[in-house]
Amino acid sequence: MSTRSIEPAAVALAPGTGGGHDHPSLQHHFDNLEQQKEASTLGMWLFLVTEIMFFGGLFTTYVVYRSSWPREFMAASSTLDWKLGAFNTAVLILSSLTMALAIWAAQVNRRKQVVFYLIATMILGLVFLGVKAVEYADKFEHHHVPGPNFVWSEDAHGEGGHAAAAPTPEQAAFAHHVEIFFSLYFIMTGLHAVHMICGIGVLAFLLVPSWKGRYNSAYHNPLECTGLYWHFVDIVWIFLFPLLYLLGAHAT
Amino acid sequence: MSEHSTSRAVYFLTFGALMVLTAATVIVATFDLGWANDVVAMAIAVTKALLVLWFFMHLRYSTRVTVLTAVAGFFWLAILIFLTMNDYATRETLFPFPGK
Repeated sequence: MSTRSIEPAAVALAPGTGGGHDHPSLQHHFDNLEQQKEASTLGMWLFLVTEIMFFGGLFTTYVVYRSSWPREFMAASSTLDWKLGAFNTAVLILSSLTMALAIWAAQVNRRKQVVFYLIATMILGLVFLGVKAVEYADKFEHHHVPGPNFVWSEDAHGEGGHAAAAPTPEQAAFAHHVEIFFSLYFIMTGLHAVHMICGIGVLAFLLVPSWKGRYNSAYHNPLECTGLYWHFVDIVWIFLFPLLYLLGAHAT
Repeated sequence: MSEHSTSRAVYFLTFGALMVLTAATVIVATFDLGWANDVVAMAIAVTKALLVLWFFMHLRYSTRVTVLTAVAGFFWLAILIFLTMNDYATRETLFPFPGK
């Protein structure tokens, strides 16, 4: 790899020696398309490393609080619908497949299939967000959103806001730690959802150039980098699903 | 590396493996295995992540410097979690609170 990425100057200067030196998509500061692609892939990965640390701080927070209050986290997790979580996991994995196939279609010069797979990826992303909206609405309805209106009762999971007796200090502490789980649930899935919205937005920008046949076997860097981002967001969900939804799946 | 066009079969197989692993992690989660629940869930999640990284994210075709960048990212994440828990998990063992 390293021998190919830095070509001798003689090769780079010789016209018509392959490597797409005259390609309209080749920026002037690169020797050839190969080098340009390696630069953009590496740059995208450097960005993804910052994203790993961005989500990593939240995952670390989860591990610390989860190890401190395992019972509270399990009780809170059991109120999440793991069936909706599993459905969304399948939707995201399918969207990763269509994203990979969009790049494949560009590599074999099938212009219309690129557009088809990009639209399929966007629709699957919207389905994911739709399910997420239903779940969030349910949390608001049950007063499981952290804040002044948060209600937690062991028996009814906060069905009504009229607690008969004042909670004991132990119950109040338990409820407070449950509230921390829901804080993490909303910030982690919320940040993930923001990434999904950004991803769908970027995919929308790729539609017109794809339709015009700009991406083909010689050049498809924007598709490749968007794919890297989309798959990364998928990986974040692969970890969020068991940590948030499946934790309390056997407690109910 | 436009000359590497993966055959579609590889992508479909990766997708199938990810779906099977998702079903497996859901089924295991419905049984109470104690601490083993977490171990199995994380083992499956890491396997799924590796499949996505290797096949969907084309790390198997990437240059060594790109693979190194990806590994470094996850390595630093491991440091973050490991050293943080190194502190939290041992605080009361090393320095018991007075009166406890």
